[in-house]
Amino acid sequence: MPKLIIVDRSGAEKELEATSGLSVMETIRDAGFDELLALCGGCCSCATCHVYVERGPAEARVPGSSDEDDLLESSGHRRAESRLSCQLILTEALSGLIVRIAPEE
Amino acid sequence: MAGRDTRDVIIVGAGHGGAQAAIALRQLGFARSVAVIGNEPEFPYERPPLTKEYFAGDKAFDRILIRPPAFWAERKIEMLLSTEVTAVDATAKRLSFANGGSLGYGALIWATGGTPRKLTCSGHDLKGVHAVRTRADVLQMMDELPAVTQVVVIGGGYIGLEAAAVLTKFEKKVVLLEALERVLARVAGAELSRFYEAEHRAHGVDLRTSVQVECIEEKDGCVTGVRLAGGEVVPADMVIVGIGIIPAVEPLIAAGVQCGNGVVVDELCRTSLPDVYAIGDCAAHSNGFADGATIRLESVQNANDQAITVAKAITGNLVPYKATPWFWSNQYDLKLQTVGLSIGFDRTVVRGDTAARSFSVVYLKNGRVIALDCVNSMKDYVQGRKLVDTRAEIDPELLADATRPLKDLIAA
Repeated sequence: MPKLIIVDRSGAEKELEATSGLSVMETIRDAGFDELLALCGGCCSCATCHVYVERGPAEARVPGSSDEDDLLESSGHRRAESRLSCQLILTEALSGLIVRIAPEE
Repeated sequence: MAGRDTRDVIIVGAGHGGAQAAIALRQLGFARSVAVIGNEPEFPYERPPLTKEYFAGDKAFDRILIRPPAFWAERKIEMLLSTEVTAVDATAKRLSFANGGSLGYGALIWATGGTPRKLTCSGHDLKGVHAVRTRADVLQMMDELPAVTQVVVIGGGYIGLEAAAVLTKFEKKVVLLEALERVLARVAGAELSRFYEAEHRAHGVDLRTSVQVECIEEKDGCVTGVRLAGGEVVPADMVIVGIGIIPAVEPLIAAGVQCGNGVVVDELCRTSLPDVYAIGDCAAHSNGFADGATIRLESVQNANDQAITVAKAITGNLVPYKATPWFWSNQYDLKLQTVGLSIGFDRTVVRGDTAARSFSVVYLKNGRVIALDCVNSMKDYVQGRKLVDTRAEIDPELLADATRPLKDLIAA
């Protein structure tokens, strides 16, 4: 099971054993964090599950599609390592990922 | 702290709005007692997937839960499920339940949404006739689907169109009947309607407009077809009815609340009853994106943002509701995203090529942008929001030039 470290808006860290095949958004939600609105439920239609990938392979640190890239443009807090966490699907290869929940819009 | 049979805040309705109200109260530091009352057995779940990923079998139920079940107990949010509120005593500030119980409240948040509007013709309640509002509705349909070959969908709104798109994936014969002259007539302009009609037909849906349903025909209590005005009977072994919702507000009406099309609320989502708020699909509010008209909005955005407005109000932060409306609908490989409200538009501009299945419809009123419907056109959706928020006045010819990004037009 891939390991994931989540950093919330207060800076608190939590290490989790995640389930391969679930998105980072679902993993954060299921771990009891309530800072992500994730309003569209993970279908890449809003930008309310914005995170920063603070550690992880290069391909996890860039948007996975032009839709994701465009939606991230709507955030006032976009950084180079911004992702929509619903579009980041966990695999063994991503074990050790550190994601920080981006500030509220 | 409230007493044993009283809660400081009671939220009636465990959908998007009710769940978010509870979450937001705790996030804002509200430490007193909070109970959420839901009439379904499930913990709060997302409703949009009921006609999309969940119905299609692409997502299991636990993946559409708004929070994991343990979350609510951890946040000390009491969940009273399978519980129907039958009466509100606004003077004693007390709710009565169908199971005989009752609870007092300090503040009440009414977030019940609506119940699907039913056909009134004969056969409307036959086995095989479905609405799509709850998980139970979808489970029932999934249970029947293996034995179904032809489905008639009544209503060409988003629910009906999304359901039709999923059913074609199951390789069912689908007939979609719309009473008006075009689909999506209440929510979009003719360009979008025509585009979606053509898409559904290209996917094999027998889509008919300006069709009136006379009754549902049956044999041994099961649906066999839909009789149209004029006499034609369209065979069907399942009928899905998506003709809108009726706000679920009877107990509040009986308690004397001011009501029109939904419970009337002010900019803080307060109803005319003391300490009673209403949010989401059932709340009739004056919306700045509709020129202040009193409307109900049936969307996740509205439920969520009104929930936050109320949670703030209850914790002493009085911030009027004025969130930008947005909405999405997924059908086939088409991603529709809407920003703003097109109500009252007097002109439309199409950006991009409908034949290429990537375009936007820009809605103007008195020369100003009030809404966009964007199909497979994420950039326009993202950049169009600012045009809607500022009610930008932009030359329609510039808007029509899809090679010019919308963000470049703001200063133009």
